[in-house]
Amino acid sequence: MSYLWIGVIVAALASFAQKWLGYQVPPAVLERPRIARMTALLPVALLGALVATQTLTNGPSLAFDARVPALLVAAVLLWRRAPFIVVVIAAALVAAGVRALGWG
Amino acid sequence: MTPSPRASSPALDPDAGAADDVAAVRDAKRKGLSVGAATGLYGISYGALATASGLDLWQAMVLSAILFSGGSQFAFVGVIGGGGSAVGAALASILLGIRNTLYGLALAPVLPRGGLKGAARALLTIDESAAVSASGTTLAAKRAGFWAAGVWVWVFWNLFSLVGALVGQRVGDPGSWGLDAAAAAAFLGLLRPRLVKGDVVAVAVCAAFVALLTTPVLPAGLPVLAAALVAVIAGLRTGGAR
Repeated sequence: MSYLWIGVIVAALASFAQKWLGYQVPPAVLERPRIARMTALLPVALLGALVATQTLTNGPSLAFDARVPALLVAAVLLWRRAPFIVVVIAAALVAAGVRALGWG
Repeated sequence: MTPSPRASSPALDPDAGAADDVAAVRDAKRKGLSVGAATGLYGISYGALATASGLDLWQAMVLSAILFSGGSQFAFVGVIGGGGSAVGAALASILLGIRNTLYGLALAPVLPRGGLKGAARALLTIDESAAVSASGTTLAAKRAGFWAAGVWVWVFWNLFSLVGALVGQRVGDPGSWGLDAAAAAAFLGLLRPRLVKGDVVAVAVCAAFVALLTTPVLPAGLPVLAAALVAVIAGLRTGGAR
């Protein structure tokens, strides 16, 4: 078996173990107020970070391109309570359209 | 996959009626499918990059099926493609996978324990399933959102990884179809229902800034992890007052 195969298998099993590990923390620990507050805020922080990096970064550098107008349109639609799928498709169309016009 | 029946734990929103709950579950399933399709299409770039980097089809597919975490997979093939060792590739992948442990912490009270479903929930614990689950307004919706997003992303991600690995670079960059913006909009859509209180908005904004500021200096994927520290700090500070 090649080293590459061993790397693939080790990385795959390690990934599964990492995912599994989070669930093994006893419920009593998760119910402590500080921990409960922290786990409630984690998705908010992670989503805020994902929105920012998915919109404004390109590899290791910051970028300002067609994704910005697309996200602004998405934000307006969300604020107007448009359905989720409409928001997602509209963002894709705006970004693709802006790029077709030769920017970003 | 359907959510398992309600456990004895109380619903998160005790005022939600049965009709509201059904609507919330339907909404969560729909979100899961949209997120799955948008994210899964990225599999084409992964598959193309993996085979271009020197992985064979089976190695590329084992990573998509079992490792199943986009950031880690791109890091793995990126290191190999850059001439790095298999050890370096595995380490980069593991470093990026740390955030999935945090998702498990947040999801543990929501999902069933043990058995086959316990293994499935671990496999399907990724950015998207954690995010869709977090946007659910009832316990049943949180569960339905996790399973719908997890299963659909897995199906589309593997399907398009295979397509990408087979047809390589001929398909082009999903960015030119606007899919990168679609993913950003999806994350924003999942975040919006949570932005009801000032301190929660502050956490989201701070996390966004931390992620952007650390992007030029940290390896890919780690800025999101650095941003998670904002939640840890905010949780410790405000939790202590109670």
